[in-house]
Amino acid sequence: MSLDAKTVTRIARLARIGLQPEEVETLGQDMSSIINWVEQLKEVDVTGVDPMIGTGLAKPRLREDRVTDGNCRDKVLSNAPEREGPFYTVPKVVE
Amino acid sequence: MSYRITGSTGEWEIVVGLEVHAQVVSEAKLFSGASAEYGGEPNTHVSLVDAGFPGMLPVLNQECVAQAVRTGLGLEAEINLFSRFDRKNYFYADLPTGYQISQFAHPIIGKGKVLVDLADGSTREIGVTRLHLEQDAGKSIHDQDPTRSFIDLNRAGVALMEIVSEPDIRSPEEAGAYLRKLRQILRYIGTCDGNMEEGSMRADVNVSVRKPGETEYRTRCEIKNVNSIRFVMMAIEVEAQRQIEVWEAGGTVDQETRLFDHVRGETRSLRSKEDAHDYRYFPDPDLLPLVIEQSWVDELKAALPELPEAKRLRLEQEYGVSRYESSVLCVEQAIADFYETVARGADARLAANWMLGDFFAALNRTGRSIEDSPVSAEGLRELLGLISDSTINGKIAKEVLEDMVETGDSASAIVERKGLRQVTDTGAIESAIREILAANNDKVEEYRGGKDKLFGFFVGQTMKAMKGKGNPALVNETLKKLLSE
Amino acid sequence: MSGIHDFTLASARDALKARKISAVELTNAHIDAIERLDGQLNSFITRTPDQAREAAKAADETLAKGEGGSLCGIPLGIKDLFCTNGVRTTAASKILGNFVPPYESTVTANLLRDGAVFLGKLNLDEFAMGSANLTSAFGPVENPWKRKDSDAKLVPGGSSGGSAAAVAAGLVLGATGTDTGGSIRQPAAFTGIAGIKPTYGRCSRFGTIAFASSLDQAGPMARNLQDCAILLESMAGFDPRDSTSVDTPIPHYESALKRGVKGLRVGIPKEYHVEGIPAEIEALWQQGMAWLRDAGAEIVEVSLPHTKYGLPTYYIAALAEASSNLARYDGVRFGERVGAPTLDGLYEASRAAGFGEEVKRRILIGTHVLSSGYYDAYYLRAQKVRTLIQQDFLKAFENVDVLLTPTAPSGAFAQDEKPTDPVQMYLNDIFTVPASMAGVPALSVPAGLDARGVPLGLQLIGRFFDEETLIAAGHAIEQAAAFHHRPTIHAGVSA
Repeated sequence: MSLDAKTVTRIARLARIGLQPEEVETLGQDMSSIINWVEQLKEVDVTGVDPMIGTGLAKPRLREDRVTDGNCRDKVLSNAPEREGPFYTVPKVVE
Repeated sequence: MSYRITGSTGEWEIVVGLEVHAQVVSEAKLFSGASAEYGGEPNTHVSLVDAGFPGMLPVLNQECVAQAVRTGLGLEAEINLFSRFDRKNYFYADLPTGYQISQFAHPIIGKGKVLVDLADGSTREIGVTRLHLEQDAGKSIHDQDPTRSFIDLNRAGVALMEIVSEPDIRSPEEAGAYLRKLRQILRYIGTCDGNMEEGSMRADVNVSVRKPGETEYRTRCEIKNVNSIRFVMMAIEVEAQRQIEVWEAGGTVDQETRLFDHVRGETRSLRSKEDAHDYRYFPDPDLLPLVIEQSWVDELKAALPELPEAKRLRLEQEYGVSRYESSVLCVEQAIADFYETVARGADARLAANWMLGDFFAALNRTGRSIEDSPVSAEGLRELLGLISDSTINGKIAKEVLEDMVETGDSASAIVERKGLRQVTDTGAIESAIREILAANNDKVEEYRGGKDKLFGFFVGQTMKAMKGKGNPALVNETLKKLLSE
Repeated sequence: MSGIHDFTLASARDALKARKISAVELTNAHIDAIERLDGQLNSFITRTPDQAREAAKAADETLAKGEGGSLCGIPLGIKDLFCTNGVRTTAASKILGNFVPPYESTVTANLLRDGAVFLGKLNLDEFAMGSANLTSAFGPVENPWKRKDSDAKLVPGGSSGGSAAAVAAGLVLGATGTDTGGSIRQPAAFTGIAGIKPTYGRCSRFGTIAFASSLDQAGPMARNLQDCAILLESMAGFDPRDSTSVDTPIPHYESALKRGVKGLRVGIPKEYHVEGIPAEIEALWQQGMAWLRDAGAEIVEVSLPHTKYGLPTYYIAALAEASSNLARYDGVRFGERVGAPTLDGLYEASRAAGFGEEVKRRILIGTHVLSSGYYDAYYLRAQKVRTLIQQDFLKAFENVDVLLTPTAPSGAFAQDEKPTDPVQMYLNDIFTVPASMAGVPALSVPAGLDARGVPLGLQLIGRFFDEETLIAAGHAIEQAAAFHHRPTIHAGVSA
């Protein structure tokens, strides 16, 4: 299977990665070659096999309902590329 | 009677399902230790986990799980001992990690139900499909700057329960009744405060229409984020109307997300946002599957408070109040508690009359809620006791209640201070009546001549003379005796 | 002991405790070596000499009182994937810009608790995605080893290439690495050092920048397994802030060195005899079996039937997780932002400019395999195959105590020999990926040189949380192999 430009563009849009037209082509070729290679998993009989979720080693653990964090706005905003007072800012989002 | 909308081609039935997002009552957020409290200075109830900093990891809050289980029990739902958290991937300014942690494939709560009471006195069962836990997003503020939106993450990561109903709702009224009942249950159990103004309850409304008798559903539209019961009911009406017009004009309804504009009274398509969505759900590898023990569920069940339906029935049986009175008293747990405090040790029927009448009127007048009522349950009980033991009569009691609201004094203190104690001394009553009769000789003659209606006049005159304090039964009795002399 | 650059971590620790050397001296010697050699190697992204001298001074004061943890005064390098409080952390990506974490990862906090001195942040493949350390936004790392017959620049392996090169060249006494599909073991093999990928859940992931959450595991890299054992004991441990962290006691790993391998059953997975594997790799493997047999172990052939599906399964699972884990790099809360008039424009421009080619490729593949219509065919199927791979290991371990395999299908290759086909590049991880998929621990020890004088490693794979048996078996190989070769570029070699 080969990924066409339309598909690559759609995926890139989902992943919010802007692509140049020439990238669409080269990335498309690389992706196709990788996707074709992973197709070999189709040979494996997975009937009745449960998908793996985690390694099954850790025990489920729940946190106590206590406020132990937060109140650290300076840290939260410490690396903001752009901010206004106590807020992060982004280009205006039109609803 | 079924709700129908009449279009140009005949009658239509509406089919509605609701997805309610209810904010879980908890101290801390679903996956971080930051405060879940509403309000707060912007970006202060935020941990680096909530802000999606590199290397930060989620750890599940036990109380949020307990709250979901309690709610499930309140909805008489299946409790899934195995559930799982998935990532719902999409980019948005107030979603710091680029994904929302939610339960997509394996929710913690399965099928349940809500019994709703309708205005005509009938009851309907609305099915609940599922309830799952998920994170809330932050808030984008659009009106502070002409070119930029501001981001406040205080809400980001707060626990929500998404409660999905079956498409069982057939009228705006049923939708309203379902939401009110659901909110009542959540508030009873204490899992959500149900405050729609603060956004702690909001609904996505799925609406479709069909001809009566059709068994298949037609295409539905989802109206997102409606934040009051009234707006939900309005939105259903206008959206159903719109869809009927589309079908009747020979068109087809597109499955899409819409927005309700209550000012213009219409729904609008949000299609532009829709086509790019592909949420790519997959199990969150930072979290383990959520496995809970049946014994824990049993413990939570045992500790559950009495639910609205059970309480309503019990009040009817225990206190002999009517179904209507009982359902009004059970609207809020605090009201029912208040009532029971009054009714225990007083005349329970009298207590219901007074609460639904003068007491609620006093609350309304003063703008107070039951929690900060100017008159305590014990205070009201004392007042009713004074009626029952004939210390005062009902009319005087109304005056005493007003005084209690105003001054905060106890009923007996007011009765003493104002000298309102009822007169039961037959001698005093007799002499008051004799004076009235003597002053109204002509009317006495008329009465004796057969004009029975004048009896009320003599009662009124006597009570007036006694400043309302005469014992009504004794006044009546004595009057009859003296008039027949 | 001939000079300050001949210390291992263990011997330096002993010399420090005995006050034969000061932490300041030791630290200064390493800072000097970095200044001398790292211009060429490029193993550091950020150097922190001032902070290191401060820490060394404090360590000396502690040591003078006869106190101090197991790493008191030991100069280490930290892979730049671990967040370090107040020190720029980049993941070797442009997208993090000048990100300065206001927090410390649990692993590095543990090392600091035990008195370690950090010399700086080490280079890696961007977001740990690569097997040659060629994808770093801060330039490639050069392997301190040279072929006998050429001056070509060799790759140090990846993704922990900076860690491997710095340890091999004697710029640090040990380093942290992370291993998602071989990122500790393969570079360790390429640079002639030891490295351990512990059991998944052994070291906390809190504060470590994620590549693939269900696979990422931190581990030590050092000159030998004794040094690795000392480091692992400090790095490991339960962390309530990581839901996948496992609450189980930390053994004294160093003691395991002396256990020996008498009676140990060593499995040789027959599916690892893959076609096209160089004869000298096969020969080294046979040599390894012989060493262990001579030391008293029993060699047993075992089968891991789903081995050949390890790599494609890995690439689906890891890239799916990565596509989601890397969504947070969007130019809003931290990192580089490329301005645009719309929010989506800002995302697309920032991520286009901030991510390198390999990372973009992997995010796109990961996005694709999760997308509507493909999830079942790719992601779900891969997770099922992953279950089968884990079962293969569990079954094998009913019969044997450890597995012995080569670490990589070749020795270090030259920077300009990098395959153009990404799939060819991914084959580097063929022997390391299956253990990662299963979550079991594995290590690599240097075992010899190839015909061109470049080091080769052997891999041992163990049962869950049985790093001790791995260390015992690995040490038996170390003793038999007597690998004392040094790379061309080394702190102890005067220019």
